[in-house]
Amino acid sequence: MTQYLIRRLLIAIPSLLGISVVLFTILALAPGDPFEELATNPAIPPDVRANLRASLGMDDPIHQRYLNWLFAMLRGEWGYSFVSRVNVDQLILQRLPTTIIVIGAAQLLALCVALPVGVYAATRPYSLFDKIANTLAFVGFSLPTFFTGLLLILLFSITLDWLPFVYRAQIDATGWRWWWEHIRQSIMPVLVLGLFQGAALVRFVRSAVLDVVRLDHVTTARAKGLPESTVTLKHVVRNAMIPVVTLVALQMPIVFGGAIVTEQIFRIPGIGSLLITAILANDTPVIMAVTFVFACLVILFNLIADVLYGWLDPRISYR
Amino acid sequence: MAGSIPASATASVTAAAVPRVGPWQEAWRRFRKHRLAVVSLVILSLLVLAVLVGPFAWRLPIDEIDFTARLEGPSWAHPMGTDDLGQDILARVLYGGRISLAVGFAAMMVAIFVGVLVGAVAGMAGGRIDAGLMWLTDLFLSLPQLPLLLLIIYLFRDALTQVVGPELGVFILIVIIIGGFNWMQVARLVRAQFFSLREKEFVEAARALGASRMRLVLRHILPNAMGPVIVAATIDIAAAIIAESTLSFLGLGFPPDVPTWGRLLFDAKDNLDFAPHWAIFPGAMIFLTVLSINFIGDGLRDAFDPRRVVAS
Repeated sequence: MTQYLIRRLLIAIPSLLGISVVLFTILALAPGDPFEELATNPAIPPDVRANLRASLGMDDPIHQRYLNWLFAMLRGEWGYSFVSRVNVDQLILQRLPTTIIVIGAAQLLALCVALPVGVYAATRPYSLFDKIANTLAFVGFSLPTFFTGLLLILLFSITLDWLPFVYRAQIDATGWRWWWEHIRQSIMPVLVLGLFQGAALVRFVRSAVLDVVRLDHVTTARAKGLPESTVTLKHVVRNAMIPVVTLVALQMPIVFGGAIVTEQIFRIPGIGSLLITAILANDTPVIMAVTFVFACLVILFNLIADVLYGWLDPRISYR
Repeated sequence: MAGSIPASATASVTAAAVPRVGPWQEAWRRFRKHRLAVVSLVILSLLVLAVLVGPFAWRLPIDEIDFTARLEGPSWAHPMGTDDLGQDILARVLYGGRISLAVGFAAMMVAIFVGVLVGAVAGMAGGRIDAGLMWLTDLFLSLPQLPLLLLIIYLFRDALTQVVGPELGVFILIVIIIGGFNWMQVARLVRAQFFSLREKEFVEAARALGASRMRLVLRHILPNAMGPVIVAATIDIAAAIIAESTLSFLGLGFPPDVPTWGRLLFDAKDNLDFAPHWAIFPGAMIFLTVLSINFIGDGLRDAFDPRRVVAS
């Protein structure tokens, strides 16, 4: 098991390096010079400017600059936010838990909706339930998250006045009341994100289960006289989960995209809204760092998917 | 095709008299069986028609400011109401639709071009080139797309705007990067198709007759691999429209004076409590377009997948 994990980790390193190359290339190709202001400032003589450039390593060959940047990122020297005057890593650590909680809850909701509905629809293909579920799934993933968000605000906050539509990080209450307020303000963001994800997953689950149901070992299990529920849960669903796990991991980049939008709509103080504010305020170190964190999270979830994969499918040896 | 095989001997006698059906007629016959897809095709055609012809029929300008008609609900003079400057929302929705649909279509073309190119090269070359290209594909699949889209637009928008003007510059940028992040599925599909097709007898026959590699790919393999690619292309249009609307909704797409559907929603979101119509109409347009494109894609999948049996 440990060996398998180490091997997966080693495979993840090239992807991480690849992503860092992509990020650095984008940054290096981008027009605009951090020294633009100094260049137009007549009080600074050209040779001082050149010395400054050299001392900061701006004239080094590009691979040298890439390595410097990479090692700085690895050491945790992520820079200093121009706008909020805080170290970038502190800023991100402050914001990350909120994002993870919202995404995690949404992903749980998506699975709780998609698994039962998908499995039930696949065990009764082309029935009325299957058709309704399929149509609703299409509607679900055709509704962009920003539109569902606005619709939910319109319905629950403005018309019915049940839920708050601005997320507050600080709530002055304790005990049960604190929990209650937090749950209340998380309902809408989690619903928006979770239902979109769930709608896409239902179709994957359904087709994965349909593929397994036809296999011989399922017929054998039935012929042994096992009750239908055992056949479905133990012999069908577990095998059908293998492709679903891969798809959930592949969907992660889309989930993060959805999280950025949701955080923006409901003003959740997570790293997604941090990214948007940073872009609007030209806060380059924060933008770079947040993008890199998102990339790392995607790789992390792929790793988790790999581990789950090994647990679900014993044919994949851990060696 | 399985569905069209005659079941009885008597049927085969009459079948011989029936004129031969080409693959495209067969696909159309199967597509028509998907009722929702046909309805969606009609709706999408109407939407495209409305967006293309609409601005000529509905002649109110998109930027006529009229403070006497601020934030009005739907009426005969303004069927979709007005915004906070008294601008007619129907006119803006029609104009924005042109941009959203154009972005969707153009980004799809970019994605298909890159995807087919990468997939075909990987599928034909095999070996190291294939492994490298597939690593690249997997890398792109694990990139966080929206953050990178935002980053690239933030870094390159000003430079490109100076060269070709604000509207065209942003259009080119958005199309290229949305397309550049959507080609991976197509590349995988095309590669898989190439792997199975290049071992088929008809390709071997063509090779034996002395067809060049280029001719093999263009005349014999690619046309037979097009079915899944067309399906993926349809879905890509929907994905690109959503991506563009998302960028505009975050306020980082087209400049503020270009009313794309996402931009309309961005402007409307702070006035939800007293002018809900402002958000609902453009949002419904996005939803309707994307939904009908997705259903058409589903219908096309039925039409091009020969394994699926469609009742005749």
